[in-house]
Amino acid sequence: MEKEQYIASGILELYVAGSLTETENNEVYNMMLKHPEVLQEVLDIEAAIVKLTKAAAPKDKVTFNSILNKLKDTGNDTKVVSLNKRTNSWYNYTGWAAALILGGGLLWMNTQNNTLETQITEIQTEKDFFETQIEDLNSDLVDSKKIINVFRNKDIISVPLAGQAVYPEAYANAYWNKDDKTVYLDLAGLPEPPEGKVYQVWSLTLNPLTPTSLGTIDDFKTDNNKIFSLENANESQAFGITLEPAGGSVSPTLEQLYTLGVIES
Amino acid sequence: MTLEILVSKFQEKDERAFEKLYNMYSESMHGVIYNIVRDHDIAQEVMQDVFIKAWHKADSYSSKKGRFFTWILNIARNAAIDKTRSKSFKNSSKNLNADYFVDILPTQDNLDNSTDAIGIAKFVGKLAEKCKKVIDLLYFKGYTQKEASETLDMPIGTIKTHNRNCIKELREMVLN
Repeated sequence: MEKEQYIASGILELYVAGSLTETENNEVYNMMLKHPEVLQEVLDIEAAIVKLTKAAAPKDKVTFNSILNKLKDTGNDTKVVSLNKRTNSWYNYTGWAAALILGGGLLWMNTQNNTLETQITEIQTEKDFFETQIEDLNSDLVDSKKIINVFRNKDIISVPLAGQAVYPEAYANAYWNKDDKTVYLDLAGLPEPPEGKVYQVWSLTLNPLTPTSLGTIDDFKTDNNKIFSLENANESQAFGITLEPAGGSVSPTLEQLYTLGVIES
Repeated sequence: MTLEILVSKFQEKDERAFEKLYNMYSESMHGVIYNIVRDHDIAQEVMQDVFIKAWHKADSYSSKKGRFFTWILNIARNAAIDKTRSKSFKNSSKNLNADYFVDILPTQDNLDNSTDAIGIAKFVGKLAEKCKKVIDLLYFKGYTQKEASETLDMPIGTIKTHNRNCIKELREMVLN
């Protein structure tokens, strides 16, 4: 299997987590020996996990000396006791010869067995990889079907939201189902928000202009299809999307209005 | 000194190598243990047990079986989980099921914490909820793919790629 595919399969992340079987561990080890990129990937994953777990440590550190002291308390290392020397005889030599032959045979069988086992694990990983791909495609398909059903609903109110001064090339679409009080937002046309900022969605009533927050889009980055659903029980006349500091704002920052669309009545 | 040499010296019972490895990984283990036991004194006790066990069992480690970090992580998780199953622990009636590592990351209000840890906590806060959970189960709690898929109600085949995406995000955040 290609090393890129191997890295992308997610097996290395599980390797660092310690959730693979012994044969899988062995296989990752061999891949690391063969491909420096695989080793580097493992080192990076490990470094991230070391940092993360470190951050969860309590402040009261356990000193190395406390470990060392306890180690010395619990007793000394046991000494190896040597066996008595025995006298040699022809009998001993034949014994050794037989053992050597037997050992040689076992060694040969062991190599044969190892080759077969490596082949099996290679095929197994490939199979896992394809299974994962099928699962991914399946869940993508389910998501897409859900989205199609929403858009096909005849009661849905579709509102195109056009880009505004701050980012004219932005666009979005809102699909509002008044019956189940949900608005679906297709935000694929918005740029990724910068660090520490989130998009906030507003329901607006005009004359006088009153904005009501429908919520913030916190998982914009991690969502694959960029379709989000929010509850909307308001009598909305327009929808707008602004960029706000993480956590959202009480009222919209109009200089950061990315898209806006009025509902045609 | 490379990690390989350090580990092999440690296996030859070299105390200085042990100390170096301790400095590299002890805080991480403390975090993992504390996340499971949620008690400062018990976490300290388990920490000592873990590193003493590692010293005595050093021979059983082989780089062919996995990373040294993963080896000691396994010892730490198992020791902490064993502790929560012990009678004395159960008597103190702790409810652990709902807890996950995000709860114990330092906050900005706590000035004693290293800025590094606070920075990481901030980044972690930005991960999607499902990422936080899958990371908690696989790394902090030592769940298998199957156990994680059952707990998160996610098909087993997607755990691997989902986790990879989460770790990718984490890496972008904490390694730069």
